[in-house]
Amino acid sequence: MQRFILIAVPYAWLLALFLVPFVIVFKISLSDIALAIPPYTPTLKDGFAAFVAGLDFENFAFLASDDLYWKAYLSSLQIAILSTFMTLCVGYPIAYAMARAPEEWRPTLMMLVILPFWTSFLIRVYAWIGILSSEGFLNQFLLWTGIINDPLTILNTNAAVYIGIVYTYLPFMILPIYAALDRLDGSLIEAAEDLGCSRLQAFWLVTIPLSRNGIIAGCFLVFIPALGEFVIPSLLGGSETLMIGKVLWEEFFNNRDWPVASAVAVILLLILIVPIVLFQRNQQRQAEEET
Amino acid sequence: MMRLSWFNVTSLTLGFAFLYLPMLILIIYSFNESKLVTVWAGFSTKWYGELLQNEAFLEAAWVTLKVAVLSSTFATVLGTMAAYVLVRGGRFMGRTLFSGMIYAPLVMPEVITGLSLLLLFIGIGLDRGVLTIVLAHTTFSMCFVSVVVSSRLLTFDRSLEEAALDLGCSSFEAFRLVTLPIIAPAVISGWLLAFTLSLDDLVIASFTAGPAATTLPIKIFSAVRLGVSPEINALSTIMIGIVTVGVITASIASKRNVLRQQNEERAAAQS
Repeated sequence: MQRFILIAVPYAWLLALFLVPFVIVFKISLSDIALAIPPYTPTLKDGFAAFVAGLDFENFAFLASDDLYWKAYLSSLQIAILSTFMTLCVGYPIAYAMARAPEEWRPTLMMLVILPFWTSFLIRVYAWIGILSSEGFLNQFLLWTGIINDPLTILNTNAAVYIGIVYTYLPFMILPIYAALDRLDGSLIEAAEDLGCSRLQAFWLVTIPLSRNGIIAGCFLVFIPALGEFVIPSLLGGSETLMIGKVLWEEFFNNRDWPVASAVAVILLLILIVPIVLFQRNQQRQAEEET
Repeated sequence: MMRLSWFNVTSLTLGFAFLYLPMLILIIYSFNESKLVTVWAGFSTKWYGELLQNEAFLEAAWVTLKVAVLSSTFATVLGTMAAYVLVRGGRFMGRTLFSGMIYAPLVMPEVITGLSLLLLFIGIGLDRGVLTIVLAHTTFSMCFVSVVVSSRLLTFDRSLEEAALDLGCSSFEAFRLVTLPIIAPAVISGWLLAFTLSLDDLVIASFTAGPAATTLPIKIFSAVRLGVSPEINALSTIMIGIVTVGVITASIASKRNVLRQQNEERAAAQS
């Protein structure tokens, strides 16, 4: 009996507040927009037969025909992939240096990486507005040093979105790579060097392959949330920044077209299923390798 | 001992400068006299004073705090139960679905979670307000709690529980007297994680909050859209300060805990 309650309570909670809502999103994505409350048709009040008959794939056909949505999905993918790669390039040297730092520094360095993670996401994105704007600190600094003569426009462009994603997701990249490098046996690298590898070769042939799991985990942890990101493109991006999270938000709050917003969500979910499954496989394999 | 090469020193310095300079600038300029945030005009704490008189912000802060305390407490209870079921529950019908539902919200885009919960609340005719935000936050943060707690449950010695059961404890007593004290640090950090996630959340709260309840991130977001303001800088500084003190205290406390445990083990080994 106790066991039943223990399983049933969290199970029922997740079913009601996680799974059922998705079924509703899917159902509404098959409905049509209507001037009513709620603003779509059909609803179950029309009777079950009429309800089923009223569902169709019209919204998906609409998404396929309107190139705004295609472009938004593609440019979200592009932004997510590129910024994941950039985060990796910034994060790997930091993780590497942390793993090479003296033992007694490491807890402090770890804490310095984790601290921004606990700090409000919104505030960290906001901090960049003051830096990147045309009268911002970056332009002031560059003008002062004489590198540029006219202020650069960075805020409200895609460049600002890339900077924002790299900045906010950097800890997610550093931590798994650091964990992998920390476990790495230093004598393997010495062996490679003894056997005639240059330092660079040893790094490329030994260190990188052995930290592969950390790299993969870090990349997924950045890529998956970056794909559906809303806050960064809407605060740092401009009118030309097309990201699907922003499109969904505007479709829902500004156009009040719930069926289309739901269809956008369903497709985003379908795109995400592949990386999510790959990520979970990677995590499982890692867990098995450790035991 | 390994010595740091110049390359490693450079990447650490540049890396941490990149992580911390933006926040540092924000903090410094919250003490700026001028309304123009990028021009320094002398030290002043007047923006903090104005912040304390801004009723709308205080009201939103109070709502946010209420939501965070309630949702993180519910999430800790539910998440610990879920972790126990996942690690100790054995086989039961729908176990795969259950573990899928625990892991999926961790990587789900917030816009989708927010939209789906809103459509549910409207579907069942629940008025949007504090209650709906608490329900939404509890749902996604219980999954984070359960991941934190289950990783602790996986590593601890199961024979301790079995010994308690053999000595006549009921399974609930064994949990309360043996398991819970051992996993307590993970449960506490799960609560803290859930609390922070709730304080921080903008997207899901925007979908599930009604006109009756506005949280601080929603308030900040709508203010920030209009540009940088010294009041928001002051508010951010307060929030960064609280988090910093919290994280440092927690890490010192856990370090002490580890040291004490090591000492006790050593003493036990010697006697």
